[in-house]
Amino acid sequence: MYVADSRASTPAAGAVEAPASAEGAVRSYTGRRRAAVAPTVLALGTVSLITDVSSEMVTAVLPLYLVAGLGLSPLGFGLLDGVYNGFSALVRLAGGHLADRGRGGHKWVAGLGYGISALCKPLLLLAHGLTPIGLVLAADRTGKGLRTAPRDALISLSSTPENQGRAFGVHRAMDTAGALLGPLAAFWILRATVDGYDAVFTVSFCVAAVGVLVLVLFVPNTRTSPRPATALHPNANPHPDPAPHPGAARHPAAAPRPTLRAAVALLRHQSLRRITICALLLGLATVSDSFVYLLLQRRLGVPDRWFALLPLGTAAAFLLLAVPLGRLADRVGRWHVFLAGHGALLLAYALLLTSWHGTALPYAVLLLHGSFYAATDGVLMAAASAGVPPELRSSGLALVQTGQATARFVCSLGFGAAWTLWGDRTALTASAVALAACAVFSFTLRPRAKGTAPA
Amino acid sequence: MTARNRILILVAAVLALAAVAVTSVLHASARAERRDQAQAGGPRVTPGEVTLTTPGRLIFRNMAWGPHRDELTTVPASDPSAPRTSSSVKCLRFYAAAGTGVCLQAVHGPISDTYRALILDAHLKERDRYAVPGIPSRARVSPTGHFAAWTAFVGGDSYAGTNFSTRAAIVDVRTGRLTPTLETFHIVKDGHPYTSPDVNFWGVTFASDDRTFYATLATRGKTYLVRGDLTTNTLTTIHPNVECPSLSPDGTHIAYKKRVPGLPKDAPWHLYVLNLRTMHETALAEPRSVDDQAVWKNPQTIVYALPGDYGADLYTVPSNGTGHARRITTAAVSPAYIG
Repeated sequence: MYVADSRASTPAAGAVEAPASAEGAVRSYTGRRRAAVAPTVLALGTVSLITDVSSEMVTAVLPLYLVAGLGLSPLGFGLLDGVYNGFSALVRLAGGHLADRGRGGHKWVAGLGYGISALCKPLLLLAHGLTPIGLVLAADRTGKGLRTAPRDALISLSSTPENQGRAFGVHRAMDTAGALLGPLAAFWILRATVDGYDAVFTVSFCVAAVGVLVLVLFVPNTRTSPRPATALHPNANPHPDPAPHPGAARHPAAAPRPTLRAAVALLRHQSLRRITICALLLGLATVSDSFVYLLLQRRLGVPDRWFALLPLGTAAAFLLLAVPLGRLADRVGRWHVFLAGHGALLLAYALLLTSWHGTALPYAVLLLHGSFYAATDGVLMAAASAGVPPELRSSGLALVQTGQATARFVCSLGFGAAWTLWGDRTALTASAVALAACAVFSFTLRPRAKGTAPA
Repeated sequence: MTARNRILILVAAVLALAAVAVTSVLHASARAERRDQAQAGGPRVTPGEVTLTTPGRLIFRNMAWGPHRDELTTVPASDPSAPRTSSSVKCLRFYAAAGTGVCLQAVHGPISDTYRALILDAHLKERDRYAVPGIPSRARVSPTGHFAAWTAFVGGDSYAGTNFSTRAAIVDVRTGRLTPTLETFHIVKDGHPYTSPDVNFWGVTFASDDRTFYATLATRGKTYLVRGDLTTNTLTTIHPNVECPSLSPDGTHIAYKKRVPGLPKDAPWHLYVLNLRTMHETALAEPRSVDDQAVWKNPQTIVYALPGDYGADLYTVPSNGTGHARRITTAAVSPAYIG
């Protein structure tokens, strides 16, 4: 899917259509819990919502555009995907690191990322062959890779340690809501026009530009200049600023200059190293979304016409559960929720392996799949934030994300090979066993909370 | 900057961008009206009776602008640029043989388009309908009229495209028994059973024995011509680098598009004909890249579509590699000859 590598853990990106309830679900929590979430998080959530509307508009119509609009055969597409996965990992690490270096770097690197993606939309109007379109999409994904880690760092730096899970939950829910609304907007435009792909791309650009503007105007800079970890920020934002971090303060190396060496040295932090290793191991046993949907279809006999709607089920569950599970993570410990999320995935695998074919089964699998994302995507960032000093927050999060995305890419290659050799059932059984083993191992390795914040 | 100024800037920018967005949507929807106007110099189209059993006719999807755009139209096979007689049936893709038609349609829903395949009788009345899981690509009916097949692109959950796949379905129109995907057939590749999650099929073409068909199998970045057996549900690879096969009326040759090295990635095919007895390939005289499942007008003549001003035009070329390509009519796609 669109962001399979840059945000490997967001199924909503693949959403093709949206349920009518998406908007209402967002409204309900912003109404009740606004006070608990920093304005910066809401601003970033708004930016992500708007940007996802924009990018999912394009994603939703792109296949149709290629086949019906340009008359291209889409099967030749994406040959460079493997190569690009590697490049994207580098971009993400670079983006994460650059954001830590300059003053207010997070905002500007994230803004650069959003800006690049926005500029790609009008370029789609000019690209008429597979190669130019491939290049535009690659540039779009470069923007995505650049902005992810700085944005997550901003979310974590503008929330109190006790609130990280909720903050990420709110952000991910808003993000997913945008992903569900985008295709609706795109198909509405196609309905109102004839071959209105140019209008879809133009509107998508306008929407993306608004997203960039909201970021520039309403997301405050965070100070990331080197300073002792215990010092308070001189000019604090109106919302809780990165307070001295229990996790960070423990480490003698907690206030390093954000140099490349310091970023690499992050791996010597025991808790971050553990999180990265666990995310990597669990990522190695996480079967990619497309395989899950394929298995759903083949093993549970989901009719062809529902196939395109399967990612919606995952996205809807993710949207509804992101905030409650984020709050739960703040209360009972992020690591527990993160592991429980993988338990949900394991259960989904088990359901796919059963020979029972109830009508409710596909719904149950999608619900579990969405819960898995809700319990792991933002929660992992919240957990990782506790182990990274503020000065290197962006680099650290980029490291964890890259490790996870790379592991998942390796997993989908391996899973494809196993499927070819042994068939889908054996491949899935092997993944389930591997996932269980990795989960048990991660449980024994789990970073122990020593500060006041649950880790 | 004060909060008030920020909000003012945002509001001003949103208004400006909204104006751009609304203009682009209005511009694109004005196109809808233009396309309902017939173009000067375009083919003349009049409503009338279209049947699938009148010999000597050519039926195709009319792409000329005007009130009958996208409808099935018919012309004399001997004079394809003659005025067109249109039915009121709209199809994206179409094929017909022996009084059976298959019409792949888009259904405009409130959220997105869905697609369906209609099985039509000789008077274009709907006999049956089936859901098509993605954007329709190819359609065929067996020479007996007993079987229909279609291919759709399934995906759309992928920006990058690696998830893109095709789904080829075959239906026995007499019983309504549907094979939703050829992926359930047993594959024998190079003499050995073969399974892989990445197999894709497209471009089914039928022999006249109600048992044999041919199609393209793609796996691991390569394509193969497969011979399928509807009785044993098996598929056997018989030749590499074959896409969108089309079996000649006498069942001895396959016209297809072959991926030729050195051509651009988005236009990589040339038309070839394969002799099924000798496995000898003959390049046809069409110099451009063709992305279509060709049809045989007769054992000597191939007909296919190439992109044109109004979507696509129909061309013809001899099947033995001699001669040259010639346009037979404009603004038309999905041709079927009624014998």
